[in-house]
Amino acid sequence: MKELVVISGKGGTGKTSTTASLAVLAGRCVVADCDVDAADLHLVLSPKVLDRHDFYSGHQAVIREEDCSGCGACLAHCRFGAISSRAPAEELDGGLRAARYDCENCIVCRRSCPARANDMIHAMSVAMGVAGGGGFSVDPVACEGCGVCVNLCPEKAIDFRPRLCGEWFVSQTRCGTMVHAKLGIAQSNSGKLVSTVRQEARRAAEKQDVPMIIVDGPPGIGCPVIASVTGASMMLAVAEPTLSGEHDLKRVLQLARHFGIPSALCINKWDLNPDIAARIEAYCREQSVPLAGRIRYDRAFTHAQIQRQTVVEMSEDGVAADIRAVWAAVVAQLECGRAEVRA
Amino acid sequence: MRVSVASGKGGTGKTTVATNLAYVASLAGRTVAYVDCDVEEPNGHLFLKPNWLTRRPATRLVPCVDESKCTQCGRCGEVCQFSAIVPLGGKVLVYAELCHGCGGCTLVCPTGAIREEPRELGMLEMGWAQGVQFTHGVLNVGEAMCTPLIRQVKDAPPRTEVTVIDAPPGTSCPAIETVRGSDFVLMVTEATPFGLNDLRLAVEMVRCLGLPLGVVINRADTGNRHTWTYCGDQQIRILAEIPDDRRIAEAYSRGELAAMISPEYRDLFSKLLAELSKIAAVSPSSPLACESQAS
Repeated sequence: MKELVVISGKGGTGKTSTTASLAVLAGRCVVADCDVDAADLHLVLSPKVLDRHDFYSGHQAVIREEDCSGCGACLAHCRFGAISSRAPAEELDGGLRAARYDCENCIVCRRSCPARANDMIHAMSVAMGVAGGGGFSVDPVACEGCGVCVNLCPEKAIDFRPRLCGEWFVSQTRCGTMVHAKLGIAQSNSGKLVSTVRQEARRAAEKQDVPMIIVDGPPGIGCPVIASVTGASMMLAVAEPTLSGEHDLKRVLQLARHFGIPSALCINKWDLNPDIAARIEAYCREQSVPLAGRIRYDRAFTHAQIQRQTVVEMSEDGVAADIRAVWAAVVAQLECGRAEVRA
Repeated sequence: MRVSVASGKGGTGKTTVATNLAYVASLAGRTVAYVDCDVEEPNGHLFLKPNWLTRRPATRLVPCVDESKCTQCGRCGEVCQFSAIVPLGGKVLVYAELCHGCGGCTLVCPTGAIREEPRELGMLEMGWAQGVQFTHGVLNVGEAMCTPLIRQVKDAPPRTEVTVIDAPPGTSCPAIETVRGSDFVLMVTEATPFGLNDLRLAVEMVRCLGLPLGVVINRADTGNRHTWTYCGDQQIRILAEIPDDRRIAEAYSRGELAAMISPEYRDLFSKLLAELSKIAAVSPSSPLACESQAS
């Protein structure tokens, strides 16, 4: 089984439209949408959801107000600014307010203090009047789920609840099974959700004996991208011929090299700036990254999107022919490469 | 006035809007800071072309274990929620790339065997460009966690009359960390089904944070009219519309500012800046409690 990940570094270069076209051209494949916080592939492939699953990841601290003594241990130790006092600001002691707002969290004190720094900071905040200051609460968006407050609360007044971060789906599309997800509003942990989506896609491919998984990756080079590409057979980078497209492509190719993933280049809207397109191709030649093809600038791309279709289903030539050529090159590269993946 | 320029979908024109806004604000004689928080793929410098003044590594704290003091009690491994510190066969293994820097292990270690040491996660660079105080962060390739760097980038520049923050795409941790604490969030979208779908998600995220927002529609004459209907239904103000102009696309590809090459775009962005200043003057941000999504 081969796993192809479509990636770009910069957003909006045409990853999703390209992925959908490749999935259609593949005929029989499993599709995975790993851009879980701004998923769009479903708008083109119109999946029929067969299974939906809640995605729990990590925990979230919740203070039981009735048990909180207001000692301020949680506030003093939280490094994510997630704890706030419910007491109105004017009721708080002036010294405390000044301390909290003057502190720029430079952590010089914590880093350099030879004694148990956090205990000292705690003692200082208690001395300044946090103690007895009233109920504290945790901002669910800022809470990182580290559990430090839960561990330190002398009253054991903080619950540590499993966090529902989103949902993932197994669906049927005209290209085969699709695994996709929706991250909850203002939720984190997108990297783990990406891993879940890929794992389920592999499982589905294994079960149905489908030889190909096509993954739509997220933009950037951070955690969800790393979770999307590690261990894949091949990465197809979709770049646009702009200064920023070139800059971002270089970083994403560096990432591929860092994780040892074979990659290929596809230049979208190449005729927008042929000079930069040529420069990008030269760079890739130097880096031994093969060129899978060039796709011309064509509004047919957007028109197809509005019709919930891919451009290869709407025509045979022009931009559709460009994408067919890219697919042929990708298949050839996948066949001569050896990286098989397993569920 | 702190304005974040954000979008769910990538490539809608965040950087175009943010850099041009900063430029016209500087032309108008205001003190301006431009802060590029898209640390994974920062692009603002390609357009504003700053003269760099300072460059320093940005770090975050990760645990470092003194084996001679360690008694193998295993408390550090129990407290860590991220499997970043694992006592194993007489040794304590630290996986720095998994560490969130909460300090839990250092706190619970009964013998004081764990101290925290800085680990480089990227570079923080500052300079001047077109009268704009310029700051950006560049995440090291292979580093997964970008929020600690975003936090430092956001806090680095001095206070100015206008601060324009260029946010990363998406609706997850990096975008949330960036827009938090802004007075206003300007969402850039394009009038396509993808653009609208991701705008919806991003609007929900920003509303969850309780921040006021407005929309800029880029390449407004392509696609369909659904974005206008959506904004109308949701009572979201459309503060500017930028046409699909090949001149702009080509200027962008060469790293040129639209407001610098054409007076008509200078006017467009000046008007947008004026609108934002008006909004900032009348409505101090009103944080609404976000209902826990989990329940």
